[in-house]
Amino acid sequence: MINFVVHEAGDSVGTIVVEGVKAGDSLTGWVMEEDETLTLKTLEDIPIGHKIAIKELPAGATVIKYGVDIGKTIAPIKRGGYLHVHNVKTKRW
Amino acid sequence: MISKDTTFLGYRRENGRVGVRNHVIILPVDDISNAAAEAVGNNIKGTLALPHPYGRLQFGADLDLHFRTLIGTGANPNVAAVVVIGIEEGWTKKVVDGIAKTGKPVLGYSIELHGDHDTIMRASRGARELVQWASEKQRETCAIAELWVSTKCGESDTTSGCGANPTVGNAFDKLYGLGNTLCFGETTELTGGEHLVAARCRTPEIRERFMAMFNHYQEVVNTHKTSDLSESQPTKGNIAGGLTTIEEKALGNIQKIGKQCLVDGVLDKAETPTGPGLWFMDSSSAAAEMVTLCAASGYAVHCFPTGQGNVIGNPILPVIKICANPRTVRTMSEHVDVDVSGLLQREINMDKAGDMLLDMIVRTANGRHTAAEALGHREFVFTRLYESA
Repeated sequence: MINFVVHEAGDSVGTIVVEGVKAGDSLTGWVMEEDETLTLKTLEDIPIGHKIAIKELPAGATVIKYGVDIGKTIAPIKRGGYLHVHNVKTKRW
Repeated sequence: MISKDTTFLGYRRENGRVGVRNHVIILPVDDISNAAAEAVGNNIKGTLALPHPYGRLQFGADLDLHFRTLIGTGANPNVAAVVVIGIEEGWTKKVVDGIAKTGKPVLGYSIELHGDHDTIMRASRGARELVQWASEKQRETCAIAELWVSTKCGESDTTSGCGANPTVGNAFDKLYGLGNTLCFGETTELTGGEHLVAARCRTPEIRERFMAMFNHYQEVVNTHKTSDLSESQPTKGNIAGGLTTIEEKALGNIQKIGKQCLVDGVLDKAETPTGPGLWFMDSSSAAAEMVTLCAASGYAVHCFPTGQGNVIGNPILPVIKICANPRTVRTMSEHVDVDVSGLLQREINMDKAGDMLLDMIVRTANGRHTAAEALGHREFVFTRLYESA
């Protein structure tokens, strides 16, 4: 069972692809580009489709997905933490 | 698997274009002609009235776009014949003449000096003749390259970017290699990935025109915005689905143009492409607006990946829904034509997913009704550029 997918090995985040992920769960991730797997413990409940940090991200850090800048953190996010609009914002508009 | 020898059964129109549906539409020029158009649609079985809320006191580029949308819809090869109804003669004739350039039958009726009763009676008589004429049209064997295919995604989520959108990209790469005419757009929804699209433009001139369109739309956003557009772009539904920023949404969106297609040209809204290849159309990212523009540009089949479950259709353009989100596939199955949720569990690979979509494109072209057609989704939504006079 794959619990989250990562586009590229250099990305900061993975996408949860199953329902019912709870804090403390040990998750299996699939890095699509490199076709590798990794395991990671989640620190929070994360809904399907939402993102988990796979790297430690300090406040003000650039978030990378698809190998490209998708915005900046406005609070520090731990590896395994839940990453969304409460702690990441666009750099545009 | 498709190849250059793949065929489908389509309707070859007078101008050589190939359609996959055989609609006779009743097209109002303006909002106040909707009642008459809908009455004719009710009278004559097998016709389809296309009411819409605009067409009065528009001017300049906004009026030009209104006419392009109406004429393009009538000219689309999925339409066999057209009845045009307008409040007065002049603009009615302009729409009739524009559609008639395709060589297909078009009849025009205006309401002033006649009233609704007489107009409905005359137009019904004409519509009946057109339906009976169209009903004798036969499908014939057509080469796959003759199929014009557009794409736009909606209610996207993060599964769109890793599943449904790259599925369209895989299918587009294969169709591109066969010489199909393809289209994508959604100008603001490239924000954060515009450099990737620019890099795919075939020539520096095309790149310059693309960037001019992109930058103009950024000005529109910057002029009118009261926030960072969060909840509008990305939408509330996108955010509920896990998309956080416009950049993330844009990178998912761009997956729809695959890995090999080059951008061969750019189109203004509802403009018709002049040759095969992948065209970028400067357009809104709102689903019904963009799909209506694709129909008006002449596209015959539309690929619509969704994550959270957008339910859109179009009156004349079959909209194929592709979804990789297992929860959406479970809760909204009646809207999904191609389930690619197996991608996210590695049960299928992208090549297989692309082939599944191509198979559905051919079946749809052959006549299979899409989920949106079966459910009666006929969203016909015009893009406006500014206020009426």
